[in-house]
Amino acid sequence: CEIKQLSDCLIRLLLDRRDGTRTSEALTPAAAARDEFQEELVIRPLHSGDIYASFQFRTLWDTDFLQEGQKVSHYRLFPKSLGQVLSKFSVRELHISFTQGFWRTMQWGQPFIPSPPGAELWVWFHDTVSDVDGNWKELTNVLSGIFCASLNFIDLTNTVQPSASFKPLGLGNATDHRFLRYATLPREIVCTENLTPWKKLLPCGSKAGLAVLLKSEKLFHSSFHSQAVHIRPVCQDEQCTSKAWELRQTLNVVFDLYTAGQGKKEWSLFKMFSRTLTEACPLATSSKVYVDITDNPELFELSPATPLLSQAVVLGDRRTYSVFDLTRAETFGQLRSLNLLLRWKGDGEMLRPLLHAERYVAGFGLQTGEIHTVIYNNHPYRAFPVLLMDSVPWYLQLYIHTLTVTSKSRDNKPSYIHYQPAKDRHRPHLLEMLIQLPPHSMTEVTVQFERALLKWTEYTPDPNHGFYVGSSVVSALVPSMVAMNTNFTQDQPLFSSFVPVKEESSYFVRVYTEPLLVNLPTPDFSMPYNVICLTCTVVAVGYGSFYNLLTRTFQVDEPSLPLAKRLANLIRRIRGVPLLT
Amino acid sequence: MGLLSDPNRRKALTGLLTRLNTPICIVCYLAGIVWFMGLAFEPFTLRTYMSENAMGSTMVEERFSSGERALSLAKEFDPPSACCGLNGMPVEWLVKAMQSRGLEVFTQSFSRKLPFPDENKERYMVRGTNVYGILRAPRAPRTEALVITAPCSPGNTNNQAVALLLALAQYFRNQIYWAKDIIFLVNEHDLIGTQAWLEGYHHTNITGMEYSPLQGRAGSIQAALSLELSSDVITSLDLVLEGLNGQLPNLDLANLFYAFCQKLGVLCTIQGKLQRNDWDTAEGYTHAAQTMMLMVLKQACGRSWGDHGLFLRYHIEAASVRGINSFRHYKTDATTIGRLLEGMVRKLNNLLERLHQSYFFYLLPSLSRFVSIGYYMPAFGLLAVILLLRALDLWVHLGAPALAAVDGVTEPSSPGVLTVLTPVVISHLTGVALYLLPVHLQEMAVEHFPVSETEAVVLTAIAIYTAGLALPHNTQRLLSGEGTEQGWKVLKLTALLYLAVLLGCTALINFSLGFILAVTLVPITASITPHMPKALYAVVMVLLSPAFTILYCVFIYQELIEAPVSVSEGWMLFLSVISQGILDHALYGSLVYPLLALFIYPCWLMFWNILFWN
Repeated sequence: CEIKQLSDCLIRLLLDRRDGTRTSEALTPAAAARDEFQEELVIRPLHSGDIYASFQFRTLWDTDFLQEGQKVSHYRLFPKSLGQVLSKFSVRELHISFTQGFWRTMQWGQPFIPSPPGAELWVWFHDTVSDVDGNWKELTNVLSGIFCASLNFIDLTNTVQPSASFKPLGLGNATDHRFLRYATLPREIVCTENLTPWKKLLPCGSKAGLAVLLKSEKLFHSSFHSQAVHIRPVCQDEQCTSKAWELRQTLNVVFDLYTAGQGKKEWSLFKMFSRTLTEACPLATSSKVYVDITDNPELFELSPATPLLSQAVVLGDRRTYSVFDLTRAETFGQLRSLNLLLRWKGDGEMLRPLLHAERYVAGFGLQTGEIHTVIYNNHPYRAFPVLLMDSVPWYLQLYIHTLTVTSKSRDNKPSYIHYQPAKDRHRPHLLEMLIQLPPHSMTEVTVQFERALLKWTEYTPDPNHGFYVGSSVVSALVPSMVAMNTNFTQDQPLFSSFVPVKEESSYFVRVYTEPLLVNLPTPDFSMPYNVICLTCTVVAVGYGSFYNLLTRTFQVDEPSLPLAKRLANLIRRIRGVPLLT
Repeated sequence: MGLLSDPNRRKALTGLLTRLNTPICIVCYLAGIVWFMGLAFEPFTLRTYMSENAMGSTMVEERFSSGERALSLAKEFDPPSACCGLNGMPVEWLVKAMQSRGLEVFTQSFSRKLPFPDENKERYMVRGTNVYGILRAPRAPRTEALVITAPCSPGNTNNQAVALLLALAQYFRNQIYWAKDIIFLVNEHDLIGTQAWLEGYHHTNITGMEYSPLQGRAGSIQAALSLELSSDVITSLDLVLEGLNGQLPNLDLANLFYAFCQKLGVLCTIQGKLQRNDWDTAEGYTHAAQTMMLMVLKQACGRSWGDHGLFLRYHIEAASVRGINSFRHYKTDATTIGRLLEGMVRKLNNLLERLHQSYFFYLLPSLSRFVSIGYYMPAFGLLAVILLLRALDLWVHLGAPALAAVDGVTEPSSPGVLTVLTPVVISHLTGVALYLLPVHLQEMAVEHFPVSETEAVVLTAIAIYTAGLALPHNTQRLLSGEGTEQGWKVLKLTALLYLAVLLGCTALINFSLGFILAVTLVPITASITPHMPKALYAVVMVLLSPAFTILYCVFIYQELIEAPVSVSEGWMLFLSVISQGILDHALYGSLVYPLLALFIYPCWLMFWNILFWN
């Protein structure tokens, strides 16, 4: 063990020497030593036959750059691009995720860190910020550049300030939601161009450690792909004497049995990522691979076997993991490479998640519709409250008086409702509700809406595709079957320590529903010429003739006399005799 | 518009129109019919072409190869009574089969009590289960879906289609390129099952169906294909497009089918008729005209001619592909049909937007030729303009004495509102009776007469229809003693304009229905006056009434599908068509029956009233 520490120190020194931008204050050994980087991969075989791989990379940075007058210019493990962004925009906490696909809760259970399809960004600003909207606008544009994503489409029309659903996950007790901004882009497509900048934020890049597995051709050949960056202030140690910044980069991917497995129920690291592991990232203090073997040996068989086992309470369930410590040479064995192999033996039962939600649009036609959100509580005997948050774009005009919440065919009155109506072209609807879910029940939230007619410049280039409505968010403290671990320890696996656990009896879950695709009344854009011609003709003919008829004065015409009579009258006038008529 | 503001020229114009009214009307009528018949002539029609960019240029390679497996699956599915026999659909077998192919499987049970027994399909209390499996597209957020459906109903051996559906599901599941979820639906009791599923999916209830709510959904459905293979041996594939209320799917869907038939060398038909290349011969033209007439007749009757028809209401483009065994030498194997469907689904999967580029209003004289709305509307317009011309004529005649009154000549006072209103109201009340009573009086009828419920409904309808002929006329005599010349003219003017509006609106929604009604109603309504030989014209009017129009359509339809019927068979068919029309309205919301009962028939009664005016 000592030898390993020594070698770590050596590597660090070497790297430090290579670092040209080193400044004098960074030389203090304490500061340098307290930056740390951990990497972790959890592999969970799912009952459906698919396999879930979750990467977490955590960088801790022992600086408080938000303090006045302190300018930070030295970056070692923490990516400079993000650090500068954090200090420039006074960000207290930042969560951004890019997801391609939809997490199938009913088949896969709960993910370690949930995320909605598309891009999601939520940021808590420091309470010293005066112009939050301005900072938000600039921040989204900068992040859009960093992650190569169209986050610049986030503007006031899709930004909301949830009052209760998104609390800070890190230190500090911010409650004033004026400093919170939340936005989703359900249409955002995630691909390699987003993965590359994300990988660049890692201290080892994709050169060493677990990150060598992140090959885009395999990661995007999957059922679900989600990558995220979470930045928040955390405690540096157990006593919480000092603050540190935590950067967590997570990447979740689910590989599909049918499209990748060629029907054989067999998985290996090589088959999943077309790579095997050969070393840990030299900068990492810990580098581990966990394999969830709770269902072993009934379900599958794992090779090579490892004596290291670890137990963790995750999402209300006590799970057992085989641990492969990549910092130890014996993990790699004779071949000097680690290739985990999982062989399925039987079919598992589908597990029923305790909390599950789905959403759809009801009705037909292009005038009105109804949004249904269905939330399932599958707990056999415990009721628990959930916070439902819906952010609906302005062009669906919600009839909030039609809002109904029913559970077990009875009216269920939410104990808290926060509703902010939309302003056309300025602000989306925000609806937050605290709903008590009875045990073993289905709760249905419905609200009717009318589809707005957009101005012709407001349509997207593909108007007939439809318009997206972001996922609604269900946040809940779900009663746990087993006691949750409330005390914070350093050597806890990363996947179990993301959301702080405050009480033993319940755990926090966030469930995202599917986004909606709604068709709005769309003009036939292929016929502008016809429309112009028709309108002009109608105006010219209709209006012209009406105007003519309305303004013309009609008089009864005196029939003019024949020429002979007129001549006769001329003669009569001269003669002074009465004229002929 | 000096023409209208100048009284002299206005007078000249109206004078011309009134003087030449009858010849103009006759010319218009003939021109309308000729125009319509000309639509089937190939040089006058357009060649179909793929408008949708996403489906046109993208290359799709068909690799489906498990047609044999599908056939053996069909045999497994087939054990004489297991499928589609008296025991209903083997739900568990299907659920297991779909689950083993990696789909998310859900079931939906439904029940529906028909307003009266359906004698064609022998059902009254319908209870069934729909099974559907969703293939989740990888990395797609469940916002879009495609549907492939195979009806599986008692008495209809569609197990080939179900087996092919399962084989396709298995093949599709292993592919990575899906961007939209694909729903494989096996529905029981054909249209009723589809209706229940669609209503469940969209959480609506428009027809009083009872169904269990759906558990799994996949966002907004972009397109649907219905597959019906009635026999083991398939020689050609028929495309069915006509949907509920005469709605048609986007023409690009038909183009897509045609393109793949061409590519794979499959014989494809529409209305069961193959395409011919000899357009310049009389036979070639007749063939095209027959195909088009079949489409017009099918569209006019407003019912859904396949499972696809019900999807159209929900703005889902859908078509049915029907395998036909016409005992030709050339046979198409299951693999080829599978490839055809694979290609179509893959191209639909490539869609970036809903199908919207091509036409929604068209007639097809063959699969490669189409008549767009711009070409066929003039035919109807020529018929409708007759009504307007007659109305103008009457208006001028009614206005002329009023001008004379200025000169101080005394005229009998113009007829009161009641004279016109009474027949209008009575006609419409008869219409309401025709709409409501048949279904509601069936029990009473069954008690008193030795007939079945279905017969009771149809015969009540016919009885009310006939009774209506005796009822309303001569009411004005009770009010004002004597029917005046002015009276019937005002009534006829109202009725003409009413009919013009009715037919115009109908033709906009369902051209075929509007056109067929116009062909029979326009000549008699335009020419009717009380001064004609009553008996003769009464017979002519009855022979051109809406009910007889339906009867003629039945005979023409049978003639066109090359299954001519005798008069008595035709009469039985006519009765069943009426009962089907009422059932379609109750079950799926078809609007033809209420349109005829509540509007067209009362309007016709108003003209009937004029004939007996004095």
